[in-house]
Amino acid sequence: MTAGKSLLDIRGVETYYGNIRALNGVDVSVNEGEIVALIGANGAGKSTLMMTIFGTPRARRGTITFAGTDITDLPTHEIARMRIAQSPEGRRIFPRMTVMENLQMGASLDNLKFFDEDVEKVFTLFPRLKERIAQRGGTLSGGEQQMLSIGRALMARPKLLLLDEPSLGLAPLIVKQIFDAIRELNRTQGLTVFLVEQNAFGALKLATRGYVMVNGVVTMSGTGKDLLADPEVRAAYLEGGRH
Amino acid sequence: MANIAQATREASATPFQRGIKEALYAGAISFGLFFLFIGLRTDQNIRNELILVPRWGLLAIVVGLVMLGRFVYVAYGQPFMARQKIVNVASGLLPDSVATRFFKLPYFIASLVVVGLLMVFAGSLDGIFGPALAGYMRFFRALAIIYALASVMFYFRAFIQAHFSALGIGVLVAYPIVVVVALTLISGSMAGGFQGSLKWVDNFGIQILIYVMLAWGLNIVVGLAGLLDLGYVAFYAVGAYAYALLATQLGWSFWILLPVAGIMAAFWGVMLGFPVLRLRGDYLAIVTLAFGEIIRLVLINWREVTNGAAGISGIPKVSFFGLISFNVSDPNYIAKVFGIAQSGAYYKIFLYYLILGLALLTAFVTIRLRRMPVGRAWEALREDEIACRSLGINTTTTKLTAFATGAMFGGFAGSFFAARQGFVSPESFVFLESAIILAIVVLGGMGSLVGIAVAAAVMIGGTEILREMEFLKAVFGSDFTPELYRMLLFGMAMVIVMLWKPRGFVGSREPTAFLHERKSVSSSFTKEGHG
Amino acid sequence: MQYFVQQMVNGLTLGSIYGLIAIGYTMVYGIIGMINFAHGDIFMLGAFVALIVFLTLTAMFYSVPVVVALLVMMVVAMLMTSLYNWTIEKVAYRPLRGSFRLAPLITAIGMSIALSNFVQVTQGPRNKPIPPMVSTVYNVGGISISLKQIIIVIVTVSLLALFWYLVNKTSLGRAQRACEQDRKMAALLGVDVDRTISITFIMGAALAAVAGTLFLMYYGVVAFSDGFVPGVKAFTAAVLGGIGSLPGAMLGGLLIGFIESMWSAYFSIDYKDVAAFSILAIVLIFLPSGILGRPEVEKV
Ligand SMILES: Nc1ncnc2c1ncn2[C@@H]1O[C@H](COP(=O)(O)OP(=O)(O)O)[C@@H](O)[C@H]1O
Ligand SMILES: [Mg+2]
Repeated sequence: MTAGKSLLDIRGVETYYGNIRALNGVDVSVNEGEIVALIGANGAGKSTLMMTIFGTPRARRGTITFAGTDITDLPTHEIARMRIAQSPEGRRIFPRMTVMENLQMGASLDNLKFFDEDVEKVFTLFPRLKERIAQRGGTLSGGEQQMLSIGRALMARPKLLLLDEPSLGLAPLIVKQIFDAIRELNRTQGLTVFLVEQNAFGALKLATRGYVMVNGVVTMSGTGKDLLADPEVRAAYLEGGRH
Repeated sequence: MANIAQATREASATPFQRGIKEALYAGAISFGLFFLFIGLRTDQNIRNELILVPRWGLLAIVVGLVMLGRFVYVAYGQPFMARQKIVNVASGLLPDSVATRFFKLPYFIASLVVVGLLMVFAGSLDGIFGPALAGYMRFFRALAIIYALASVMFYFRAFIQAHFSALGIGVLVAYPIVVVVALTLISGSMAGGFQGSLKWVDNFGIQILIYVMLAWGLNIVVGLAGLLDLGYVAFYAVGAYAYALLATQLGWSFWILLPVAGIMAAFWGVMLGFPVLRLRGDYLAIVTLAFGEIIRLVLINWREVTNGAAGISGIPKVSFFGLISFNVSDPNYIAKVFGIAQSGAYYKIFLYYLILGLALLTAFVTIRLRRMPVGRAWEALREDEIACRSLGINTTTTKLTAFATGAMFGGFAGSFFAARQGFVSPESFVFLESAIILAIVVLGGMGSLVGIAVAAAVMIGGTEILREMEFLKAVFGSDFTPELYRMLLFGMAMVIVMLWKPRGFVGSREPTAFLHERKSVSSSFTKEGHG
Repeated sequence: MQYFVQQMVNGLTLGSIYGLIAIGYTMVYGIIGMINFAHGDIFMLGAFVALIVFLTLTAMFYSVPVVVALLVMMVVAMLMTSLYNWTIEKVAYRPLRGSFRLAPLITAIGMSIALSNFVQVTQGPRNKPIPPMVSTVYNVGGISISLKQIIIVIVTVSLLALFWYLVNKTSLGRAQRACEQDRKMAALLGVDVDRTISITFIMGAALAAVAGTLFLMYYGVVAFSDGFVPGVKAFTAAVLGGIGSLPGAMLGGLLIGFIESMWSAYFSIDYKDVAAFSILAIVLIFLPSGILGRPEVEKV
């Protein structure tokens, strides 16, 4: 896959929770058409980075540029309206809304004319959701919630899709299904994906490039293949941890 | 993108331009808000029909003032405050604080001179300037006195901060004496001094101290145990009616009935506490509010016992432990015992020290309890009820003791109130009172005794001062009653102080909000999805 | 029996008004988890706006058809109270979002005090009576039903239908429910949370204004202090029906209305408010999630 021009550019970002610094000068860039994986131990700051892109919490230093626009200080909802979508950590399905309503929430307001078409696409990707169209989000199983969360993000017709640990707590078969879906989207529609994973092996195999984060800083980066082969990465994230 | 452009434009606009814009905006909104309510007034004509009286002039003035205020704030206030935070490049220091520029020796001397002059000519002011101008002069004198006192306090601020409690108690103990001596000097006679002190000791001293005591009592429930009680005035009512009924019916003395009233209030505290044990937060607040209203409605409607809305009058005065009485007709009336002139002021001063003692008792008990296991359990309960339970703390008894202790002090204050007024009626125990007491606790910083006392002095003293502003009649016309504005200003002050300092005047406790936020975020991360 | 049905009719009327106010409490509580203590005063403000509009109309025109007068009163009251509630939310509540839990409640109490006293100061402390607007009374099998009561029920039902549609079928309503369930996620999906909350306050205020107008029409009198008790009762209704639930608020309002009119009719008028407040306490203690509410996960 040829790397297009830079879509998301994160420069020297620092983020705090109160007085505690969670990100300590992060530089990451994602080019158009890529799948980029971010791996790191629990508490490294991966989810914080995903949320910082949306300005919640807000970066205290550094800049975040999306498609040439500085979005560092934009309100969260306006960032979302620039067609960045996220399936966040914990999935955050609206528990008292049906599957359909959850998908409707994903579709941005000016996008309603594509709604039927887009819903069909999501259902082809995740046929399980179609069967549960009127079920409440809170009563879905974990795997179904994950599918719904990704589906909801796709409804926005995103230029960039952020996925925070889509495989967390899921059975290997469902993980494979989800990773296949991501690959499929990237290949057929050229969707750019920025992916956080603890399942480093699967993520790096899927990714064009990868970053390794430790304690709020990026310590290593390279192509997915290189990182997979790197002895340090293997020692820290892969050996004994292969799913 | 439009937004960024707008943001940069905003930044490039001068404060003056922004001020104009904001002022127009505020003007439009306030015009919308006030158009009907200030622009028109509903009045009754001779045939008792409602008619509308236009007041466009007043409306224009109010909207104009809002615009002016907004303009000054945006154009000058905000940049000024921003400058205060910018370090001077040359000296590396922050600019002089507003306070140091405001309190300067020459100003202090000038204010002393003004006070002195106006004191000397106090008697002849009316003659020289006419009553209207003299009113202003007296107000000006009051301002000068306040400024001088504030300067002294500012100068000694480090010392005051270090010894605040001791100094505060000292000032409170000395207060009536100082007032009487000062007024004696001014009026030239002891009798005049006592007579003049009535207002100061009663309206300011006793009034504020009652609220201090009530707020300290409520503080045990809200500030320490974290149980939001919107019906605290119910216990105050129980105490007041307990004293009023038992004293008028059985003729028992205050000193016996004080503990009785406290015990009865505490009993009601437990009665209320039992059913609401499982509730938390807002729901608890509403149930306690309902409870307070129920008590008041029962007091109004149970006419056989409480005499309904008419209330109970002729409640006996407190005596000095039966030794000295404050009833003119008694053989041991204070003036007869000491062979001095009759005056109502003795009783007020006695009451002042009584409520001061009761309030200090509340503070003392609070401080002691805090160091004991039950006090620690309260504070643990406030921070985290579930952790409390898992630590083996019995939350039931912990909550009930908090309710009972708080209620008991409310009951004490109530019986004092009944004795002071000589009259009680349900009207004194409306929800508004609960709200005021709670506001004082929260504005004082929840849990800080000193902060609460300061808040009570500011809020209650402030509204009392309004009563004194008779001279405003000269400005707004003779039918202007500043008292009407008391509760309006009180409500606005509650909002403004809360916005300005959400943690209260003396909010030093660690922000639990942050802990809370973090907890809620992590729980919402984990609670959804069970796959 | 006739007497009983008569009381049912009265309760239905009263309950409709409580229900309309209760919806404002329930929506605001649902979306930001705050008891908007000043909501009762917003209701009173609505009644006062209606009063002033009524007086303006009668002063300007020789005679105005009742329907037109009522409509104008309602619309102006809705606009004005919306402006009030919008401003209050923006100025007094929004800065405290994310502060400790009691802060907005205290501010709301302060606002309530300020609002009622604002009206007292600007309009005077006395009761404000108006001549009866509608005085037709129908007699149906020995039960007297006044046109006023019919108007109240019709207005309430149609507004309820409208609001049910708004909340359940439009993207605005969906955004509101999303903010209710997970505000951060809603923002991540492009929902302007601040605007949605503002709209919620506006909607609540508009309903309270309608309730205020109907109150004025029904009782023919209003005073600055009339916000508190209906406010607390409407809150009771919201809790009784299950806070956060729109039909629940209406159901709760009706129940409170019935209980109040039955209590007054069969027991004692004096203690009708005691009954209402006792129900509030009992419901909160034994049925904290209300009749139609969802069982709340205990928030610690
Ligand atoms: N809401 C929050 N408040 C305070 N600290 C937080 C919050 N969320 C995360 N943190 C802290 O920030 C750090 C990074 O967390 P996170 O971004 O969730 O890590 P990761 O996703 O890599 O596991 C951790 O130390 C975590 O404890
Ligand atoms: Mg994470």
